[in-house]
Amino acid sequence: MTIKLGVPSKGRLMEQTFDWFADRGLRLARTGAAREYAGAVEGVEGMELVLLSASEIPRELAAGRIHLGVTGSDLVRETLPDWQASVAELTPMGFGHADLILAVPVTWVDVDTLDDLDAAAAAFRARHGFRLRIATKYHRLVREHLRAHGVADYQLVDSQGATEGTIRNLTAEAVADITSTGETLRANHLKILQGPPIHCSQATLFAAKSASWTDCSAAMGLLSQRLGVILSSEVFANP
Amino acid sequence: MSRAEDIAADLLARMLDAGAARVTPDILQPAETLLDLYGEDIRARAYVTHDPALGEMMLRPDFTVPVVQAHMAGGAEPARYAYAGPVFRKQSASRAREYLQVGYEVFARDMAAQADAEVFALFARLLQAYGLRPVTGDMGLITAAVAGLSTTDRRRAALLRHVWRPKRFRALLERMRGQGPLATERAALIERLRAAPAEALMADAGPHLGLRSEEEIAERIVALLEDADTAPIPEGQAQALEVLLQLAAPARDALAQMRAMGWEAITPALDRLEARLGALDDKGINTETLPFEASFGRTNMEYYDGFVFGFIARDDMPPVASGGRYDALTAVLGQGRAIPAVGGVIRPDLLAQLEGAQ
Repeated sequence: MTIKLGVPSKGRLMEQTFDWFADRGLRLARTGAAREYAGAVEGVEGMELVLLSASEIPRELAAGRIHLGVTGSDLVRETLPDWQASVAELTPMGFGHADLILAVPVTWVDVDTLDDLDAAAAAFRARHGFRLRIATKYHRLVREHLRAHGVADYQLVDSQGATEGTIRNLTAEAVADITSTGETLRANHLKILQGPPIHCSQATLFAAKSASWTDCSAAMGLLSQRLGVILSSEVFANP
Repeated sequence: MSRAEDIAADLLARMLDAGAARVTPDILQPAETLLDLYGEDIRARAYVTHDPALGEMMLRPDFTVPVVQAHMAGGAEPARYAYAGPVFRKQSASRAREYLQVGYEVFARDMAAQADAEVFALFARLLQAYGLRPVTGDMGLITAAVAGLSTTDRRRAALLRHVWRPKRFRALLERMRGQGPLATERAALIERLRAAPAEALMADAGPHLGLRSEEEIAERIVALLEDADTAPIPEGQAQALEVLLQLAAPARDALAQMRAMGWEAITPALDRLEARLGALDDKGINTETLPFEASFGRTNMEYYDGFVFGFIARDDMPPVASGGRYDALTAVLGQGRAIPAVGGVIRPDLLAQLEGAQ
C-alpha cells in the first residue's frame, strides 16, 4: 500500500513544506516538468507525493484519497463538518501563520469586544430592521465563535475576496477575515476586536482517518520517527 | 412502511380524535422568516436552498412557524391543529438528519392553564406505554424575575434578550453586578469614552465608513455613560435569580419553595403556575411528583415564553417529545395580531428505536 502525501501545489506554502520535510530527512520533489503536478518522496519506500490546491486538501483527506496532507488548520476546521471525526492533527509546522479575526470600522469607538458587538448588533437591528451584516468566507468558524460567545442579531454575508472593502461598499457592517500583519485592515480603516482571535491558523500536517492504512506499517514507523509524530491506530480512532 | 411511520400515523389519528384539524405545511419554507426569528445559528442547523423566483428557501426545520402562519392567515378561534411529516436538520454524523415529527398545537384565548394542561395531558397519554420521564418548566418565571430586578429598562431588556443563552445571560448578569471580566473591560472602555466628546473620539480614530452612522455610535456612547452611572444590580436579587434558575424539584414542592422566597415580582407568574398545576390535577396528572426544572427549555427552545415540557427516555438521546407556550411568537409572525398558543411535537423515530431496544 502506498502512502499518499498531499502538499500545496504552488507558492510559498509549497516551498516551506518542502523545506520542513527536508529538515527531517525527507526530500520532496516534483517529477518531470516544473508545471507537472506530480512528485516523489525520496527517503521513504512506498510513499507518493500528490500536489494539490491547499483548499482541496481537507476534502481529499476527509474522503481518504490521500493519507497525509499539509494545509492550513483554518481550512480543515472551516471545510470539514465535525473535522475531528475525519482527520487527525499530527503536528503544527511553524509557518503559514494567520489569524482569523473580527474587525469593525475604527470610528466604532464604542465597540472593543464581542460584548460590545452584540449590543451594537441589537441596536443596529432595531434601527435598520435587519440583522448586522458580517462579511466573511469562514462561515462555519465565525458562526461557531459567535454562538459560543452568545452574540445575536447578526447575519453572515459571503465574501470570497476583498472582504475589507465590503464595509465601504455598504454590503456589510463588520468583517471576519484572515490577517497576518493587519496592514490591509488598517489601510481600510478597520480595527480588530479585542480578545483572542477566532482561530490562530498555521500550516499543519494532518492524517486521514478513513484512508486505508493497512500494509504500510514500515513506512508509518519511519515517518513517525523522522517527523516526530505518532502515526498509529490510536490516532485514527474517533474521539 | 417503517415502524416510525406506523407510530406517526397512529399518533396523528389520536390527535385528530382529540379534536384537532389536520394541517399539511409545505416542506419548502422561506428562509428569511426563519433566519430573522432564530438568528444565524439556524443556518448551521437547517438545509438552505435557492429558488430562482422565491430566493432562499429552507427545508422546514420544524412545523411550528408554518402552522402559526397558517393560523394567523385566517384560522378560527379557538383552534387545535395536528400534523405529521418529516423535518430536516443538519446534525453531526451520529444523529438523524431527516426525521418525522407529529405535533399538536392549541390557539386559544383566556384559558392558558387549561390549554397548557390539555397539551401536556394529551402527550402524557399518547406516550404512556413508553415509560418516559417528564420534565416541566416555565420560561415566564424567569422573564418575570428579570423584569422585577431593580435596575434600568435597558439592562432588563439586555438580559431578556439572552434568556435562551444561559452562558451569555450569566456573563451579562455578572457585569451588571459590577463583577467579572466583562465589567473590567467595560470599565476600560468607559474610561476611554470619558476622555473626550464622542465627536472628537471618532474624528481622532480616522475616516468614518459603513452604514452604522456616527449618530448611532454617539447614541450608544450616551447609553454606555448612563449605564456606567447605574448602581449594580443588588446582590440579594442577583442571588435570588441564581437560586431560581437552579431550582429543580417536584412541581408542588417547587411552587412552595418559590412562594417562600417572598419575591413580589414573580407572584403573578407563580399564580399562573399554580393555576396550571390545578388544571393538570384536573386532567389526572400527579403534580406532587411531576418534575419541575426552572431552567428547562433555556438552551434550545428559543421561542417558548411560558410553560415548557419534555419527555425524556435517556440522557444520551434527544427528548422524545417537547413543547411549550409561545405567545410572543404569534405576535412576531402575526404582523400586529397575536393569540396565545401552546403545543408540542413527538419524534416517532425515537419511539421506534425504544421499542427496538426492548
